[in-house]
Amino acid sequence: MLNRREMLARSAALAGLMAAAGLLPKAAMAAWNQAAFEAKSVADVMKALGAAAPVESKDVTITGPDIAENGAVVPVGASTTLPGVKRLLIMIEKNPALLAAAFDVTESIEPAFTTRVKMNQSSNVIAVAMMADGKVLYAQKEVKVTLGGCGG
Amino acid sequence: MADPMRIRAQAAGDKTTVRVLMSHEMETGQRKDAAGKTIPAWFIQEVSATLNGKTVMTAQWGASISKNPFLQFTVLGAKPGDKIGVNWVDNKGDKRSDEAAVS
Repeated sequence: MLNRREMLARSAALAGLMAAAGLLPKAAMAAWNQAAFEAKSVADVMKALGAAAPVESKDVTITGPDIAENGAVVPVGASTTLPGVKRLLIMIEKNPALLAAAFDVTESIEPAFTTRVKMNQSSNVIAVAMMADGKVLYAQKEVKVTLGGCGG
Repeated sequence: MADPMRIRAQAAGDKTTVRVLMSHEMETGQRKDAAGKTIPAWFIQEVSATLNGKTVMTAQWGASISKNPFLQFTVLGAKPGDKIGVNWVDNKGDKRSDEAAVS
């Protein structure tokens, strides 16, 4: 038989559990690095992610058009041929928020991603590879935009 | 609930190319409506992909990704008939999961 105190303790534990379950989406969203996505410079992004300053490398590839007619849809790709990549980033230097995407790589996936981004104006697009050994490598390419993608 | 994603996964030897087209507004929070009010940001923040239920890739996105996002990646070691799942969560907590078989 449960006395009143135990009963209260149990219901409190249950409420805690339910709150935890209800909060799950929020907990999952905590992985989203707000500081990194609000950073205004490459250095700030790297700081927010706790990474070293990037070094230019031929083994990292950024793909994109030389001239993008529509800045709202610019196809860009980031890839690397090096093994031991932990994370790949795509950044657009002159966008209000620099960091566009961060991909966490596992062994069952190739470190190569293609997506489409918005670009406000002609700018460098940068691919950054964060290696498991702490090295940070990057490649960049200039994309000219004839019509910006962020205006209303 | 948002519209379903379109997922295609094509195997070529050991490598499976997965193309995903999501349906999402991807509002940056920078634009203004006709009345001059800022339209609040609404975009996909997290994307993950699974192979037969095992997570193979997770990604975090910013508002720079285009409307109705496209994503292409390559999964290693998937066989025809395997299930590729893609999930996303946006900044309002809305989410969507879809699955496609490797062909």
